[in-house]
Amino acid sequence: MIDLDRVSFTYPGATAPTLREVTLHVPEGELCVVVGRTGTGKSTLLRAVNGLVPHFTGGVLAGRVAVAGRDTRSHPPRELADVVGFVGQNPAAGFVTDVVADELAYSMESLGVPPAVMRRRVEDTLDLLGLVELRDRPLGTLSGGQQQRVAIGSVLTAHPPVLVLDEPTSALDPPAAEEVLAALQRLVHDLGMTVLLAEHRLERVVQYADRIVYVPGDGALLEVGSPARIMATAPVYPPVVGLGRLAGWDPLPLSVRDARRAAGPLIEALSGRAAPRVPAARGEPAAQVRGLAVSYGPVIALRSVELSLRLREVVALMGRNGSGKSTLLAALVGLVEPAAGSVRVAGRRPYGRPARDVVREVGLVPQEPGDLLYAETVAAECAQADTDARAGSGTTRRILDRLAPGVGDEVHPRDLSEGQRLCLALAVILSAAPPVLLLDEPTRGLDYTAKARLVEILRELATEGRAVVLATHDVELVAEVATRTVVLADGEVVADGPTDDVVTHSPGFAPQVAKVLAPQRWLTVAAVARALAP
Amino acid sequence: MLLLLIAAVAGYVVAARRTSAPSSGAYLVFLRLGLVVIVIRVVLAGLFGASIPGHTLLTLPQVALPAWAPGVRIGGPVTLEGVAFAGYQGMRLAVMLCCIGAANALASPARLLRCVPGALYEVGVAVVVAMTFAPQVITTVARVRAARRLRGRPNRGLRGIRGVAMPVLEGALERSLEVAASMDSRGYGRTTGQARAGRWLTAALTLAGLVGVAAGSYGLLDSGSPGLLGLPVVAAGVLLAVTGLALGSRRSVRTRYRPDRWLPPEWLVVGCGAVAAASFVTIGATTGLQPTVSPLQVPGLPLLATAALLVALLPSWLTPPVPGLQR
Repeated sequence: MIDLDRVSFTYPGATAPTLREVTLHVPEGELCVVVGRTGTGKSTLLRAVNGLVPHFTGGVLAGRVAVAGRDTRSHPPRELADVVGFVGQNPAAGFVTDVVADELAYSMESLGVPPAVMRRRVEDTLDLLGLVELRDRPLGTLSGGQQQRVAIGSVLTAHPPVLVLDEPTSALDPPAAEEVLAALQRLVHDLGMTVLLAEHRLERVVQYADRIVYVPGDGALLEVGSPARIMATAPVYPPVVGLGRLAGWDPLPLSVRDARRAAGPLIEALSGRAAPRVPAARGEPAAQVRGLAVSYGPVIALRSVELSLRLREVVALMGRNGSGKSTLLAALVGLVEPAAGSVRVAGRRPYGRPARDVVREVGLVPQEPGDLLYAETVAAECAQADTDARAGSGTTRRILDRLAPGVGDEVHPRDLSEGQRLCLALAVILSAAPPVLLLDEPTRGLDYTAKARLVEILRELATEGRAVVLATHDVELVAEVATRTVVLADGEVVADGPTDDVVTHSPGFAPQVAKVLAPQRWLTVAAVARALAP
Repeated sequence: MLLLLIAAVAGYVVAARRTSAPSSGAYLVFLRLGLVVIVIRVVLAGLFGASIPGHTLLTLPQVALPAWAPGVRIGGPVTLEGVAFAGYQGMRLAVMLCCIGAANALASPARLLRCVPGALYEVGVAVVVAMTFAPQVITTVARVRAARRLRGRPNRGLRGIRGVAMPVLEGALERSLEVAASMDSRGYGRTTGQARAGRWLTAALTLAGLVGVAAGSYGLLDSGSPGLLGLPVVAAGVLLAVTGLALGSRRSVRTRYRPDRWLPPEWLVVGCGAVAAASFVTIGATTGLQPTVSPLQVPGLPLLATAALLVALLPSWLTPPVPGLQR
């Protein structure tokens, strides 16, 4: 269905090709997952399939890309709209209309589908993706998961035989991600649709894949094969595969269910050993939240939240999209005004005080770390941060070198990889040396290597005597790094306790290793490996 | 007085019939913009305007200008009459802005697009995307301001504005590229099986028609131009444009999802608007509505014009409430 034949592509102005000699054939009705580290050209590959590369980006494309027999050389994206549905990384940015039903109908209007058929297809798609209640809602008021489903729905209504998705679950909480993937699986099973998707969070998608395409980057050849074969050697893999490799299971399990069936001997071997308990933090109190309520107009975002933070602990803030995680962080740095209750950081109220004083007590790295960066070069950014924080010259640069060594001085912050950009934003915030550090969704767009580095950094920062809070959907990250986990639901704290207690009690938030080895309480592959080591 | 009434009528209709769409906050934004316009107009008139003789309020130090700039004045006496005149002018602009804001708040840009004839579809989409741009910019500004606060930087002052503007513009540019990519990959602007000649014909007809309408309107409104340039040219222009649009719409491959039907309430709304507008034109032509500033007097409230304006208020009761209104 999708044929790439010896495709090479170079972006305008780039010296090296992003794709080199890529040959890929995806047959009809397959769910094919593209994996690889950040910056290896996964998105470029996906965009080449519907012709956005090179028709929209410019650049030089060699070789042949054809979908359903149509060559992208002679067919620009709009002429492929009836065979390829494309959903980009940020669905909200691609919305054309302003109401759910209109957005679903937009592709069909462009394709000239008769009104009666349109009416029926919109209803079918609303049902298929569970969007019926949202039919007349303005798009801006939807949560991330809902927006993602609307974006998928809006290309589905045109009934394209091929669907291409770029990181469809990266912004979603675990239940919403499962919703989207379940919907995709229904499309593949019931409608015989061909799906090509790229994803960093392999633990969510690998089990649904019929085939995996590993993009090694640096112009090396693609590896294409069955999930078990690729996962046995690829440097990016989900924890369940890590466990399988550690225990030497064959065939390699890809889902928690398969792993559980193979895990009998491992559970036995581990039964004598106690899973490591995270010691409760005994640091001094760093921040206090009492009976906090926050509302945006008529919408109540937080109601009577109680939370206390101590130095030297890493607290994970989990919960659905829209459960109030970001608002709680915003309240902690004084970006929003408490409607009731109090927030105290280092004994003082952050709201309404001058920004330059607050940054010395509490720092927040926002969801989009790029928001914090304005300068043209990394060097200028660092110098500016030194002045802002009234820190000695070179402070920020030193922190950056520790977090991410080898970032060039003259690089534009926009050209950094996601991981490097996060480190730069983190360095900027840390230059003011705040004892309380908050991170909003730090692992979005990070590959496993960058994530492992982030875990190390966060651990170091906590040991140095900081309180670290991260709001995240990434259960594997939480299992690795958090000493305490707080779960928010509908603006209230519904669970607060040591990470191993909280996550093992809830199926939605449990990491894969915990699910495989239940009822024992192991959270990470590393912990299991340490226990098994002689 | 009348101008204030117009603003109030527009505001009331907005309050009664607005939807929960993001654009519905537009009226307030435009109202504020209008107030700013009035203030700027008055201040500028006080500083630079040609002085109208009358009651002097205060005298600013006057800057002596070289002889090559006659008629330009900086500083000098500020008269009550001058201020009132500037205020009226500013108010006229402001009320115009208010009406635009009201239209923005009431008509969802997307619904407006559905009423555009098929041949103009492309233009319509461009307009819609442009209109969704404003709310997007507002959210981006909020995000950037928050980010600046996180870095401990000031949000006020000239440097603050510059620091906010750059990332906002960048974000806006990125978003427009993103929307364009999305529209392209969803089939916007498909021309499957259309003859090039036909497209040219449509475009030429429409363009010629629009030029005709413009020229004709000029001829109608400008009393000094020959009579031939008036009505006949407008009529010819309209005819050409309609032909072009009809041709274009017939060939368009596009279809509409649940097009809005034209029902009695729509007729009522249009009727009310037309009555108000028509009566204003007649009143304006016969008596004149310009309040006098010299000698200064409190502007009266012409009865007929007020009544006409109140007709424009009717739609807020006559039309059915917006379905699914969320408050």
